[in-house]
Amino acid sequence: MPRTVRDVVFVDGVRTPFGKAGPKGIYHETRADDLVVKAIRELLRRNPGLDPKKIDEVAIAATTQIGDQGLTIGRTAGILAGLPTSVPGYSIDRMCAGALTAVTTTAGSIAFGAYDAVIAGGVEHMGRHPMGEGVDPNPRFVSEKLVDESALFMGMTAENLHDRYPHITKQRADEYAVRSQEKAAKAYANGKIQQDLVPISVRRTNPEAGETGWGLVTADEPMRPGTTLENLANLKTPFRVHGRVTAGNAAGLNDGATASIIASEDFARENGLPVKMRLVSYAFAGVEPEVMGYGPIPATEKALAKAGLSISDIGLFEINEAFAVQVLALLDHYGIADDDERVNQYGGAIAFGHPLASSGVRLMTQLARQFEEQPQVRYGLTTMCVGFGMGATVIWENPHFEGDK
Amino acid sequence: MSTTAELLKGAAELFPGEVVTQAHVRHFDLPLNAGRFALVTLDNGLDHTKPTTFGPQSLANLNAAIDQVEKEAADGDIVGVGITGKPFIFAVGADLKGVELLKRHEDALAIGKGGHEVFKRLSKLAVPTFAYYNGAAMGGGVEVGLHCTYRTVSASLPAFSLPEVFLGLVPGWGGCTLLPNLIGADKAVSVIIENSLNQNKQLKGKQVYELGIADALFEGADFLEQSLIWTASVLKGDIVVERPVIDRGEAWDQAVAKGRFIADGKVHGAAPAAYRALDIIAAAKNGDLQQGYDAEDQALADLIMGGELRAGIYAFNLVQKRGKRPAGAPDKNLARPVTKVGVVGAGLMASQLALLFLRRLEVPVVLTDIDQERIDKGVGYVHAEIDKLLAKGRVNQDKANRLKALVSGVLDKAEGFADADFVIEAVFEEMSVKQKVFAEVEAVAPAHAILATNTSSLSVTEMASKLKHPERVVGFHFFNPVAVLPLLEIVRGETTDDASLATAFAVAKKLKKTAVLVKDAPAFVVNRILTRFMGEIQNVIDEGTPVEVAEKAVEPLGLPMSPLVLLELVGPAIGLHVSETLNRAFPERFTVSPNLKAVVEAGKRGFYVYDSGKPELDPEVAALLKQGDTVLTEEQVRARVLDAVAQEIGLMLEEGVVAEAQDIDLCLITGAGWPFHLGGITPYLDREGVSERVTGKRFLEPGVASVPA
Repeated sequence: MPRTVRDVVFVDGVRTPFGKAGPKGIYHETRADDLVVKAIRELLRRNPGLDPKKIDEVAIAATTQIGDQGLTIGRTAGILAGLPTSVPGYSIDRMCAGALTAVTTTAGSIAFGAYDAVIAGGVEHMGRHPMGEGVDPNPRFVSEKLVDESALFMGMTAENLHDRYPHITKQRADEYAVRSQEKAAKAYANGKIQQDLVPISVRRTNPEAGETGWGLVTADEPMRPGTTLENLANLKTPFRVHGRVTAGNAAGLNDGATASIIASEDFARENGLPVKMRLVSYAFAGVEPEVMGYGPIPATEKALAKAGLSISDIGLFEINEAFAVQVLALLDHYGIADDDERVNQYGGAIAFGHPLASSGVRLMTQLARQFEEQPQVRYGLTTMCVGFGMGATVIWENPHFEGDK
Repeated sequence: MSTTAELLKGAAELFPGEVVTQAHVRHFDLPLNAGRFALVTLDNGLDHTKPTTFGPQSLANLNAAIDQVEKEAADGDIVGVGITGKPFIFAVGADLKGVELLKRHEDALAIGKGGHEVFKRLSKLAVPTFAYYNGAAMGGGVEVGLHCTYRTVSASLPAFSLPEVFLGLVPGWGGCTLLPNLIGADKAVSVIIENSLNQNKQLKGKQVYELGIADALFEGADFLEQSLIWTASVLKGDIVVERPVIDRGEAWDQAVAKGRFIADGKVHGAAPAAYRALDIIAAAKNGDLQQGYDAEDQALADLIMGGELRAGIYAFNLVQKRGKRPAGAPDKNLARPVTKVGVVGAGLMASQLALLFLRRLEVPVVLTDIDQERIDKGVGYVHAEIDKLLAKGRVNQDKANRLKALVSGVLDKAEGFADADFVIEAVFEEMSVKQKVFAEVEAVAPAHAILATNTSSLSVTEMASKLKHPERVVGFHFFNPVAVLPLLEIVRGETTDDASLATAFAVAKKLKKTAVLVKDAPAFVVNRILTRFMGEIQNVIDEGTPVEVAEKAVEPLGLPMSPLVLLELVGPAIGLHVSETLNRAFPERFTVSPNLKAVVEAGKRGFYVYDSGKPELDPEVAALLKQGDTVLTEEQVRARVLDAVAQEIGLMLEEGVVAEAQDIDLCLITGAGWPFHLGGITPYLDREGVSERVTGKRFLEPGVASVPA
């Protein structure tokens, strides 16, 4: 049977505001599954052209797949969101690149012809499920020196990356972080972010965390607008004495969820759905786990090669800011300035937060908005580093591209 | 301190045990840049199994929350105020435990005023107010929302009602006044009167919206988020709420008249609550809210100090609490599992029992009878009933298949009962027949199997007496119609052991029946009291009082039906049979009416014909009646009947038929449908002085089902 590979498009994406993990965080008394369910419902409300019966898959990523993130959350979230029981679902895990992998995996299936339209997203409630909850690493990792002991601690891997690139100083990382906060604050002021946020009702019973009762969350909790270099200079370096990685130049521990609609371009057009981005290529790559922040470099190389593009073709970058050093490593690799205006125009995870498995779709949602605004740009990419030594990159084409003028 | 706060402080002192509801105030920015909002969450700090209620301290907390938001609204710090509840619960109204403690009219008046003074502030803030009915809302919970400018309701809301009239109160924190002014008198009468008197029927979220009580309906999954987005749109003027104009003309009066007709049909004027509520609804036509609130206060105070409400709360607690934890039941850990049920007999009663066991226990149920034809008919009945459930959507096809596969019938008891854990007989009411059946079952059933009898009047002890293992025989007396009446009298024979009894109670719980432990005494509880009651009516008729006078004499009690209509429902032949049994046991008190005998012998199924649409004495029955010449007045008949009932209950309690008078009342409420406003019957007998006149003392201490001393 002859097959035709089909074009895959990003139709729309939304997310919950991100919260700070922990007892005083906005989502401390909110379930993880409820977060992703509300994101899915908002997505469906925004896209009435998508008949829920026609959704072929619900792929939801979570790093810690137990409790309210367990029970095959893609399936349970679909039912809880009110999708017909005929719509299947499954769970995905590639740590930080969970939602990104949910998109690429289902996109592959769409290109192959197995699906027409899917929901892909992710959730991580790091307050309810701290990193490393329930893990049981094989002792051979250490006894056979398969990985360095620091590989399991992301902050330590970031320090290792500073070691590898001595020219990426703490000063540069802090300066990058300050810009991320500034850009995020500006994007908020211009209403760029809020348009893709799902308001979430949150209950609080602990008076130490603030006013009790039901509240409504409409903005990201981790943001620190007005952050200065001075503020960051004296922060502790919790991963190494006299180290470089601080809470200020890294994403925090966060709670949040994202969801997107991915479809074949034909399906989207036939059903009157928006086409916000067209998938060009994607790639994953592995690196030494103890310098996992290096991962985006080989992944991007691979994705560019598959697309037949060079880095100069990329007009917009959405790079997940797990750590400033990891962004700077990628920029240095390609000779891109730290403050290049093509990079993370709305700011990044240092400001918004990084609820592990959910972040990939946040990058895409923001890139999609930038494509709309900048029809002169043809290609953009979303990339992120992944725990245990991986990188993930997706290259997108701007459907609003108006040609070289 | 405001007057309201003082009022509530005084009330709170009378109710030290209140489960206090907090009114949390939380601020946030609304979506759509609509401004800063204050949301009040009502929460008693317990999970959803302990719904949020309003006692005086709770009202004071809400009052304090309103103090705060009132100032913020006046200062322009907020653009609106919302009110919602903890997960699954909005609020379920006044705390009845506090109402029970009230002894003085002025204290009762303070409760009504306290609620009004707090709630009505919500309609007078400088900003609009919004109620978000997120979960169960009843009584005062519904009313607090009615004082708000706007309301939204969750499509998942399972229960919404103004149940006050059901209990013996009026919706007195604004319900009677505001609801008809919001949705019109006709719909308000449905909610306040009709639903309450229709076994306290609850509305679902969608109906709350369709009735116009709520302005918007949102699905449960993100109800609060969507409500707040809607709120933002309303505040910005993007959504304009339009409500239909209320018909304040003749339709209003007709609605009230309809309400009176419904109340008459249910309580026959015997309980005041519905009528007081209707008076207020009628007066609310002029739209004068304060006048309505004052009338509500007066009605509440009068009713709180009246016997009907106290009896109503007592009855409600019996059904809700005692009915779920039967007095005298043995340790439930002694119960043995029941994995298969046998039913001896395949007649109508046996088939109904088979259906009930099948649906509730979902284990194999085997019917036996004396020939295959009867068995096939019995199994056929069960299958047909399952098909009806399927057609109504009460079970799906898979469940119907499962249930049908579980029911079977065999001629050979040995084959059917060899692995049954519980065998119930529903054969002809004759001691020798039942003894024979049990002997046959014992020969084939496992040694541990419970042998249960659905006898309505025969001795369980005697029935067991010829068995090798009489300790496993229990009485399991259902009431007709089995699917409707909740009562199950569980009879302990003299030889019944604890394990068998515990198993019987465990099965009753699974059957969702209200089980009451009863001693093995003639006709147990309900039939004995009803037979004494009916016997006295028949006696006065036989002696010469006209049928209609005898029937009308007990109308003021507000029973679900007149004595002779009840006899018709039971069947005159069965009524006669029970009266004969009781006559043998207690000939000095129970008579066998010759007229009833004549009616039965003539093959009549009842006393009345309904050709005109109303019951009229059947001329053929009238011709059979042989009456004496002693004609009593209604009052005389009523006194005689109530005296007889009081005497019988006194004797039953002396004999230890049940543990306490409470069990008698629970039986009459759940097995005979006797009304809440009578509290079953003993609160009424106490209230009317009948108990003391006949037995020299009350059945219940003052305060148990009456205003405390």
